[in-house]
Amino acid sequence: MLEVSHITKIFNAGTVNEKVAINDLSITFNDGDFVTVIGGNGAGKSTLMNLIAGVYPIDTGSIALNGEELSRLPEFKRAKKLGRVFQDPMMGTAADMQIDENLALAYRRGKGRGLAWGVTKKEKELFREQLSRLGLGLEDRMTSKVGLLSGGQRQAITLLMATLQRPEMLLLDEHTAALDPVTAKKVLALSEELISEHSLTTMMVTHNMKDAIRHGNRLIMMNAGRIIFDVSGEAKQKLTVDDLMREFAKAGGDDIEDRALLS
Amino acid sequence: MGAFFASLGNQLPGTLAQGLIWGVMALGLYLSFKILDFADLTVDSSFATGGGLCAILITKNVNPIIALCLSFCAGMLAGGITGLLNTKLKIPPILAGILTQLGLYSVNLHIMGGGFRDSKPNIPLLKFSEALIFTSPNANGAYTSDRTKTIIICALLCAALVAVMYWFFGTEIGNAIRATGNNEHMARAMSINTNSMKVLCLMLSNGLVALSGALFSQYQGYADVNMGRGAIVIGLASIIIGEVLLGRFRGFVMRCTSAIIGSIIYYLIIAIVITIGLSTDDLKLFSAVVVAIALAVPAMKKKKAKVAKAQSGKEA
Ligand SMILES: Nc1ncnc2c1ncn2[C@@H]1O[C@H](COP(=O)(O)OP(=O)(O)OP(=O)(O)O)[C@@H](O)[C@H]1O
Ligand SMILES: [Mg+2]
Repeated sequence: MLEVSHITKIFNAGTVNEKVAINDLSITFNDGDFVTVIGGNGAGKSTLMNLIAGVYPIDTGSIALNGEELSRLPEFKRAKKLGRVFQDPMMGTAADMQIDENLALAYRRGKGRGLAWGVTKKEKELFREQLSRLGLGLEDRMTSKVGLLSGGQRQAITLLMATLQRPEMLLLDEHTAALDPVTAKKVLALSEELISEHSLTTMMVTHNMKDAIRHGNRLIMMNAGRIIFDVSGEAKQKLTVDDLMREFAKAGGDDIEDRALLS
Repeated sequence: MGAFFASLGNQLPGTLAQGLIWGVMALGLYLSFKILDFADLTVDSSFATGGGLCAILITKNVNPIIALCLSFCAGMLAGGITGLLNTKLKIPPILAGILTQLGLYSVNLHIMGGGFRDSKPNIPLLKFSEALIFTSPNANGAYTSDRTKTIIICALLCAALVAVMYWFFGTEIGNAIRATGNNEHMARAMSINTNSMKVLCLMLSNGLVALSGALFSQYQGYADVNMGRGAIVIGLASIIIGEVLLGRFRGFVMRCTSAIIGSIIYYLIIAIVITIGLSTDDLKLFSAVVVAIALAVPAMKKKKAKVAKAQSGKEA
């Protein structure tokens, strides 16, 4: 369970560029919740995720994961409990390292690192098995540099890496936005598969309203650093894109993107 | 022409020895510059730290091998300071390196002076030639520098260092350092303490640089506070020359080895231009030009490929 209470994040406080990115926001993610997050550009979706992951500190409030206060831990320590996939496919993997080396890094997330071999034979077997389920033929290219792969392939690997050690929470930030529609669909299906397989508590940001409705058991909408709409269970199942548009208009968000309308 | 080659031939053993000694330095720079992606200017001073400490220890009758080991440790301390300046105090890499480099200059003077109150800009080791690892007795029993011995020792040392580096960068910690240099975001998301990895890598890097300096002061028979000036340029030149000439060979061992070979070739080039008649005063300018050209080669290759592609596109 992740409890976010009364967090605020102001960028460039005290300057003309001051920006309240997150405004006194509270939310609780229950175990097994799969929450999709929508909202216009600059609503604060990525910032919320980055604050949970510890990319930058919160100004006020607290973030507790399964009872442990996260907000004072550095990013790398929080990473022991969190799996993350970024919008930019280049962000989640080390381009100059081999596929198996990347997976081995992920396999050691949350564990101590010493002078033992970085990738063992046994692990290679495991990685081969895991890679083959992606259906991308990567299991036969384990010693290729990740930098040689396409964005979709890299994103699929990042997803695998985020879940190789079961995270207490999975954070997906528009992780299919940079991919072509066919690949995006594949990666999304893989996400769904991994999430239900490990019954992961998940937060998934998306710009695609249909995806937000189709996936997960709960949906939240953000605007100006706040959560303006939070729906789950049956009500969420019955939701339509029109409902979401109405909710958005009600909150005074007049310029919801055309991108979302079209999709 | 014959005289030119005779003169160059005479210089070859010395060139090879020097290239191997500075090859250790190139390996150190490979760690920071290539693996960590951190342009570390500490090296210009940590080279002299190693050289100076080794020399003063030898004058105090410390075993020369132990002196080399302690020089390595001193270099690690220097690198650690740059690492902490960068990671804890958030000082940008170049500036962190420059600050340590500047401060170390004074520290080096004191090291060579042998105390807090004393300082000295150089230490001759003429009287201690018997203790140096690169000398052997001649017919009269006097110890003089032995080029063959130097080359064999340094070649073995370089091979051993490459082997250790190969092992280390295959371990969990080694992979964590590589990930940190490659993609910090990803490394942190994989619960890697990127700050510690940076400090560790800079320590190892400067340890090797100081070891190279220590070897060099034993080789030339004296230490000087300015002996490391421009070291970063020589190290970069070695790495880049190695990359340009041997870049098609893949694998970690080959890339480390090519840095060492690059260093030998660099000193060969220097020997040639000096034999041709370039003044030693102009060497630094020459080195800077060589590095600038070498650095430009990858960019120019890319541009050429682009132009070629655009042209073939037009024709099609
Ligand atoms: N590091 C930063 N420094 C300054 N301002 C920032 C920073 N990160 C985000 N912001 C600002 O905070 C606000 C929220 O940004 P955020 O990236 O969280 O939006 P988002 O909801 O993810 O939008 P998008 O859909 O475009 O990704 C924006 O106005 C943005 O300009
Ligand atoms: Mg965003």
